[in-house]
Amino acid sequence: MRPPEAVLEKVPSGITGLDEITLGGLPRGRPTLVCGSAGCGKTMLAVEFLVRGILEYGEPGVFIAFEERPEDLAKNVASLGFNLRDLEERGLLVVEYIHVDKSDMEVAGNYDLEGLFLTLQACIEAVGAKRIAIDTLETIFGGFDNHALLREELQRLFRWLKDREMTAIITAERGDGTLTRQGMEEYVSDCVLLLDHRIIDQVSTRRLRIVKYRGSTHGTNEYPFLIDEGGLSVLPLSSLSLDHEASRERISSGIPRLDVMLEGKGYYRGSTILVSGTAGSGKTSIVNFFADTTCRRGEKCLYMAFEESPSQIKRNMESLGLDMEKWVREGRLVYHASRPSVYGLEMHLVKIHKLIRELSPDVVILDPVTNLTTMGSTTEVNSMLVRLIDYLKSENITAMFTGLTSGHQTNLEATEVGISSLIDTWLVVRDIEVNGERNRGVYVIKSRGMAHSNQIREFVLTSKGVDLLDVYVGPAGLLTGSARLSMEAREKADALSAEQEIETMQVRLERKRMAMEAQWAAMQADFRAEQEEAARFIEQKRTARDRLRQDRLDMGRKRRSDLFLEAAPEGGKER
Amino acid sequence: METEITSQSPDQESGEELFELKLYVAGQTPKSRAALENLHKICEEHLRGRYRLEVVDLARNPALARTDRILAIPTLVRSLPTPISRIIGDLSDEDRVLMGLNVRKLR
Repeated sequence: MRPPEAVLEKVPSGITGLDEITLGGLPRGRPTLVCGSAGCGKTMLAVEFLVRGILEYGEPGVFIAFEERPEDLAKNVASLGFNLRDLEERGLLVVEYIHVDKSDMEVAGNYDLEGLFLTLQACIEAVGAKRIAIDTLETIFGGFDNHALLREELQRLFRWLKDREMTAIITAERGDGTLTRQGMEEYVSDCVLLLDHRIIDQVSTRRLRIVKYRGSTHGTNEYPFLIDEGGLSVLPLSSLSLDHEASRERISSGIPRLDVMLEGKGYYRGSTILVSGTAGSGKTSIVNFFADTTCRRGEKCLYMAFEESPSQIKRNMESLGLDMEKWVREGRLVYHASRPSVYGLEMHLVKIHKLIRELSPDVVILDPVTNLTTMGSTTEVNSMLVRLIDYLKSENITAMFTGLTSGHQTNLEATEVGISSLIDTWLVVRDIEVNGERNRGVYVIKSRGMAHSNQIREFVLTSKGVDLLDVYVGPAGLLTGSARLSMEAREKADALSAEQEIETMQVRLERKRMAMEAQWAAMQADFRAEQEEAARFIEQKRTARDRLRQDRLDMGRKRRSDLFLEAAPEGGKER
Repeated sequence: METEITSQSPDQESGEELFELKLYVAGQTPKSRAALENLHKICEEHLRGRYRLEVVDLARNPALARTDRILAIPTLVRSLPTPISRIIGDLSDEDRVLMGLNVRKLR
C-alpha cells in the first residue's frame, strides 16, 4: 500500500480536523496553497497554522502579511485566542508587513525581487523558523507591472522555500473559474486547499476541500469548518477508518425494568442510543433518567437541549421525582440549550465538539436530534450526525439521541433523519391508543451485541419515577392502561371463582366419600350382625338336634331298645 | 561599511536642494552593474554637485532588505528631498529615473 521509497513526510498543522482529513498534516518542507474568496478564512487558517506550530510543535514561524498591518492582524486573531504580540516578544514568531504600492514607485528598467527573498531570509533567520505563511502573495501582482517577471520570481520563491525546507502556507484569492487569480496553483503543486464560504437559507457554512495533495491519499469531500473562539475546526465528514475500540462495559439506563429488557445489564458504554417516538411519549423522561443515573455513578453528562429550556426540563423532571438541579450544581450535568436555527449545522457540531473537549463528559445527550432537520437537508443532518457519532465513539462517550417521529404509527420505525444504521440501541416509545385513552408502550427495536427483549412494555410515568410494566397480552389482544387493569381484574375474578368451584367440588367429593364410607361401615355392621345371628342359629339347631338324638338314645337305653345297639356306633361317630 | 560613497561636494550657489540617494543592489549582477553605471551617468548629467549616493550591497548585508523594506533589486531610494521616492530597475530608462527623482530634464 505504502510506496517503499520516499514517503512524503507530513507535519501536523495543529488545526482541529485538518490533520485528520490530510491523514497527518501538510507536506513537510513544502509549500501548500490555500485559496478561496474574500472572507473565507484563509488568513485565519494561515495564522493558526503558525500559532499551533509554535505552541504545540515547537516550530517557530514567520507570517508575511501583504494585506493586513501587524496591528490589525493581531487584533483580528485575538478573537481566536491567539496572542501574536506575546509570541513575537518570546522570539518565536515574526510578523512582517510588506507593503507594495505601485504609486510610490517608479519603474525604470529591469529588476528582480531579490529584496523580497532577502527579507524572507532575514525573518526566517530571526527566529529560526520552520513554518512560514505568506498572506496574500498575489497582492504583489498589484505592485508590479511586469507579470511575466513576477511569475518567474514566484516560481523561484517556491523553489527557494523548498530548498530551505520551509513548511509554507501561501494564500491566494480565488479567481473567476480558476482556483486563484494568478494561476498560482501551477507553481504550488504539492498541496492545494480550497476554502469556500456559502450562505444557504441565510445560514453561512464554511467548507474546506483538498483539491490536490501530491503523494498522499486524502479525504476528497468538502469538509465544513468553523472559525470560533477556539480557532479553526475542520469537521472530518467521517473518520476514514472504523477502528474505535468497542467497550464491553455495561451501564444502566436508570430504569431497572429497561435494563432487564437489555439483558439485565443496560447499554454498552460508548454505544449510541436512539429513543424515538411520537410527541409526548416520554422520550425526554427516558433520557433524563439516563442522565440522572449517569450523574449518580459520579460521571459527567452533557445535555444538548434543542427544544426545551434547562429550567423547563428540570421542572418537568421534578414531577417524576428527579432532582436534576442537584447534578447541575455539582457540575456533573451541563445543560446546553440552543435553538437549532441559531447556528448552522456545522456550528452546532463544533459547539458540541467544543463542549465535549471542555467537559470530557461520559454521556452526551441530544434532545431532540430531529429538531436539527429544520436546519438543513436530511443528508446534511445525516452527515453531521455521522461525524458526531464517529467522534463520540472514538472518545468512548455514550450518546443518547431522541428522535421525534411524526404521528403515523406505521412509520414509527423510520426515523426521518435516517440514522438508524448508526444506532446501536434503538428504543421506540409509542402511544397505544385503545378505548379512548392513550398509553405509552416501549420496546427495543434493536440493540447490537446483546440478546434484548422483544417484548412491548407499558411505560408508566409516576411521581416516583418511571416504571415499565408487562402489557396484557391475551385473547383480547394487547391491552394497556385501564384496559389492562380491567382485564387483569376480570382475570383475577375469573381465577378466583374457578378456585372456589374446585374447592366446592373437592368438598362435595369428600362428603360423598365420607357418606359412602359410612354406608359401607353400616353394611359391614349389618353383615356382621347377620353372620353372628346365623352362627348362633346354626349352633342352636345343632345343639337341638344333638340333644334330640341324645334324648332318643337315653330313652332307648332306658327301654333297652335294639335300635340303641345299632345306632350307638353312629352316634358315637358323630360325636 | 561595504557601502560605497560617491559624493560630490554640494554646490550651494544654485540654491537647489541636496539629493540624498541610496542604491540597493545584491551582489555583482549585471543588473546591479548596469544600475550603478546608469545612475552615475544620470547624476553626473543632471545633479552634478548636489547629490550624495550610497550603494548598499544587500548580498553583504541582507538584513537591510527587511529593515529598509526593499523588495525589488535594484532599488534606488531618494530620501532627500522629501517625500521619499523609490525607483526600481536597472535605471536604463532615463526619463523614468528623472521622473522618479522629480528632476526636470535639462535641454
